[in-house]
Parts: sequence; structure tokens; C-alpha cells
Amino acid sequence: MPVLVHVPTPLRPYVDGRDAVAIEHGTVAEVLERLTSEYGRLKAHLFQEDGRLRSFVNVYLNDRDIRELDREHTRAVDGDEISIVPSIAGGAAPVRTPLPQLTHDEILRYSRHLILPEVGPEGQRRLKAARVALIGAGGLGSPASLYLAAAGVGTLGLVDFDLVDATNLQRQIVHGTGAVGTSKVDSADQRLRDLNPHVQVETFDTRLTSGNALEILRDFDVVLDGSDNFPTRYLVNDACVMLGKPNAYGSIFRFEGQASVFYAEAGPCYRCLFREPPPPGLVPSCAEGGVLGVLPGIIGSIQALETMKLILGKGSTLIGRLILFDALNLTFRELKLRKDPQCPVCGEHPTVTELIDYEAFCGVGAAPAYEGPEVTATQLAQELEKNPELVLIDVREPHEWEICHIEGATLIPLGQLPERLNQLDGHQEIVTHCHRGMRSMQALAILRAAGFSRVRSLNGGIDAWSAHVDPSVPRY
Amino acid sequence: MQIARSVLAAIRRHLVAAYPAEACGFLVGTRRANGEVVVSHELPITNRRVADGAARKRYLISPDDFLSAEHDATASGLQIVGVYHSHPDVAARPSLYDQEHAWPWYPYLIVSVMGGAVRDERVWELNDDRRAFAEQLLQIEEQ
Repeated sequence: MPVLVHVPTPLRPYVDGRDAVAIEHGTVAEVLERLTSEYGRLKAHLFQEDGRLRSFVNVYLNDRDIRELDREHTRAVDGDEISIVPSIAGGAAPVRTPLPQLTHDEILRYSRHLILPEVGPEGQRRLKAARVALIGAGGLGSPASLYLAAAGVGTLGLVDFDLVDATNLQRQIVHGTGAVGTSKVDSADQRLRDLNPHVQVETFDTRLTSGNALEILRDFDVVLDGSDNFPTRYLVNDACVMLGKPNAYGSIFRFEGQASVFYAEAGPCYRCLFREPPPPGLVPSCAEGGVLGVLPGIIGSIQALETMKLILGKGSTLIGRLILFDALNLTFRELKLRKDPQCPVCGEHPTVTELIDYEAFCGVGAAPAYEGPEVTATQLAQELEKNPELVLIDVREPHEWEICHIEGATLIPLGQLPERLNQLDGHQEIVTHCHRGMRSMQALAILRAAGFSRVRSLNGGIDAWSAHVDPSVPRY
Repeated sequence: MQIARSVLAAIRRHLVAAYPAEACGFLVGTRRANGEVVVSHELPITNRRVADGAARKRYLISPDDFLSAEHDATASGLQIVGVYHSHPDVAARPSLYDQEHAWPWYPYLIVSVMGGAVRDERVWELNDDRRAFAEQLLQIEEQ
């Protein structure tokens, strides 16, 4: 009569569903060894990798814990019964350090929060303990960082590699005129410390990349994505999914904005919504397409609000919802988002398990669709003096023409070029130009395809013309 | 995993009452042939980590408690089909410690209790290779 080993319910699937297995006698160690060599998948659940019994696996010989006997060396003879009995353990970790206390100054400063039952001292201490990373100290990062600092979020991490430019000031309200030419993170750091000296600002004067994203974001509780380009957006999303962090997302273009909270632990991520980036060049950036000044204030504030709610654990967040804001007609629309089980990052069988090359993924930096002959601004100025027959075509929009134009140029917006080709003489020498050179190259492609051979594009557009030839032409 | 709303409510009450300590118990019910778990009642169990002062972040159900709970469940024609416990002030997702100590086959119901109130609850089951938990659907049945 062999030894009978009783198997607890959670392990029965590994022994063909049986509740007991008969094994040849020996020490407890030998019996269990024979059991697991017969039922191989059982082994990982009973033994650690070093071969010792797991701490939560208890072994009884005829109702006596073998720890009270001779442990694994306890001898089981024929007719004995061995029982594997679970103890059940677990627990919340990592353990939060106790919430920080509020000073008298802070109690006074945050009094309008403290009297809200939904925040109260507990919530304010939560805010103080919280660490929020802001990607981009620009249009969205400006209002978001100002409000989060004012609200008493203890630590703000600012990630941006750019310098403050005069064209930023129309909407990037964390920066002042005096900061033009200085680093954005330093400029924001100064303003935020002045706004609330109780807040710690950590600056990362660098571009967020696949190489540094996990390291930078690991130490933060919430990530606020205020980036202005697709590679960074996908990078932030994927890093947040991998680190299990919520991402308070926002984006703006011209008069429209979007906001959501992407949190793969509880709902969809950005890739569930947009699996692939749009083809490069299809969606213009704010620098190319413009953006209304107040718009980032609204979207960035929504991102800050959602961040606060995530920290406080109150209210209904934008997890699983996308807000579409139209500033021109003042409408908010809401779309329900669903988690995509096929999502390559947060789905059931993820194919993207480490950060990739996001520039390549988004097609940025790839060769432009068309490359034609170019002329520099100074060269063009010389040629125009010698050759009054040379035709200069401005392919920008009429409102851009209104800002500034080159004397003697003809305005044919890119969209109208195909139907206005008959206005051009194929024997004449033509130079096309736009703001910075992108659209002009597309115009060149259209002209070449239509049989025009003597066409070139002004390198750097009217911006280069202003910089190198005629400073009376304003830059924009 | 299916659970009656009244049972879930009782579990929540138990875990909220224990806050800020972590509390635990068994899910008792039946497991259908297709593997589907139906919880018919909860069985609160004393957290053995209260004694060593670690109950704010750990729970332990002793083998003796397991044996007597299993005995009682079997006597009423049911079985222990899973485990529930609270995560005071952290999210309702398994910690590494949970993973290291988990049994396969049992669904683990984790209830996040933030500042003394239930924030959310989620169900997890250990993968066969012990490397990760897979989230299960929590199906709340009205009676």
C-alpha cells in the first residue's frame, strides 16, 4: 500500500483533476520528488527555483505539520497520508510612505481645497505626495504646470529640450518676454517656484527618447502629455503602458483640441484609438498650421484637472472617453473609447514589448516625397537683378501673403496650382516659394509633372529671404 | 467570475471596516465544468499578520484556517473557489508579493480601499507560468 498524497483544489488541474495521488513510500522529499516528476507542471507551484518548498506550501503527514517533525526528511511509510495544505498570503505593495504633513503656511494657502470634502486635508496631503511628469513646457504644459503647481502637487517633472522663442509667447503663458532665448524648463522652473515655493520642480532639459523615457518616467505617478508631435505621443503612450502609469493626454491644432486619460490598467491606451500614426506631413504641426492662443489654456487645464482627480481618486476621469473641443463654435463632444484586445501594446497579446524607434515608426526623418532643384535666397536676389523675366510664384495662402510677401511675386496658393497652370509659361524660368520650403517642394512636383522643366524652389522660403536678403520683410 | 451584488457589498463592508489594515477572506461557491466561477458567499478570515504588526500591507491565512474553511464549505456542498483581500491606499492590481505567493486556479479579488472608501475592485488569476496575473471579468449579478 503506497503513500496517499492529498492535493488541494487549486493544484488539482495539474494532477488530472484528482484529489489524491498514490506514490511509492520514502521521505517526504522523495515522495514529492516522485509526484512532481510524474506531474511536471506541479513543480513550479510547490518549489522555488532553488528547489526549496515555497513558503506558502504546507505539508502535513497524517495531520501533523512536517515542520514539527523531521521536515522534508520525515519518513512516510505505506498507508501514511501526506496533505499539501495552502496558506494564503499576499498584500499591497509597494508600500506608500505615510502622507506628508501640511505646514501652517500650506494650510492657509490651500484653504479653499481643504474645505472641500472631496479634497480635505487627506486629499491635499495626497497632492503634496504626488509626482507628476509634464512632457513639454509649451502650449499645454504652460497652463497645466501653472495650475498643478498652484494646487500644491508636490513634485513636477518638466521635460523639454527647446528654447523659448518669441512665437511661443502668444500661448505659452508660463514663459515671459524676458525668457526668450533661454531654456524652456529653466524659464518654467523659475515661474513655478515663484508661484508656489512649496513645490519641487525637477527639470529634464532633454528630448524624451526611447533611451531615457522609462528611466525618467519611472519615478512619477502621473504623466501629462503636452507634446506636439506624433513620435513623442506614441513614445509617451507606450512608456506609460509599460510602466503602468496613467497618461493625461491633450493635443491641439488651430481651433480644435482633444483630451483623454489613457491608462491601460483601467481602460484603453492611445494605440487602442490610433493604432498607426498618420502619414508624415498629412497633419500639420502648430508651427505650420497655426493655433489659437487661448485653446491650449482650455485643453491643458483639462489635463491638469484630470491629473488632480487621478491623484485624489475622486470623480469620473476621462479614462475610456475622448473629449473633442471646437473653440470656434464652442462645442464639446465626447466619444466613448474601448480597449482594443488586439492593441499591439496593451492588448492580450502585445507585440510591442519594449520601446521602439518612434521617429522611424512615424516616418519622420524619411526622405521627402519629392526633391527638386533649389536656389538660396541670396542667389535668387542676384538672379532677379540680372534677369527681370524670372517668374517668382508664392504658393502660400492669401492670409499669409497679407502678413508679408516678396515684391514682384505672384500668389498662386498650392491648392489652386493644378488648375492655374495655364497662367504660366513653360519656357520661362520659374522659382516657387512658400513660408519655409515644404509646400514649395510640393509645387515643384506638380510643375515638373505638368512638363515644366526650368523650375526651382526657394530654399528656406520667405523666412530665409527675410533673414538673408530683405529684413524689412517680417518673419512669422 | 460571477458574484452576487449582496456578496460583493458584504466583502466591501468587511474590508472598509478593517481599513487602514489589510483584510482577507475566501470566496465560496461553485466552479462549473467550463471553469466559470460562481461566488455564492464570502467567508471573512482573520488576517494572521495583525499579530506581527504588518497588516497594513500584508495578509496571511493560516493552513489551519484554510482546512477548517474548506471543511465547512464542503459540508454545505460548496467549495473554496477564490480569495479576496484589500489593498489599502493602493490600486487594485496584484503586487509582486501577491504574485510570488499566489496559488494558480483561484481567482483573486482585490479591492482598493482609498482613504477608507472603496475605489474599485478587480479580479486576477495567476498565469500557469507564475510570471503574471491575467485580469478576469468581474460579473456582478443582481438578485
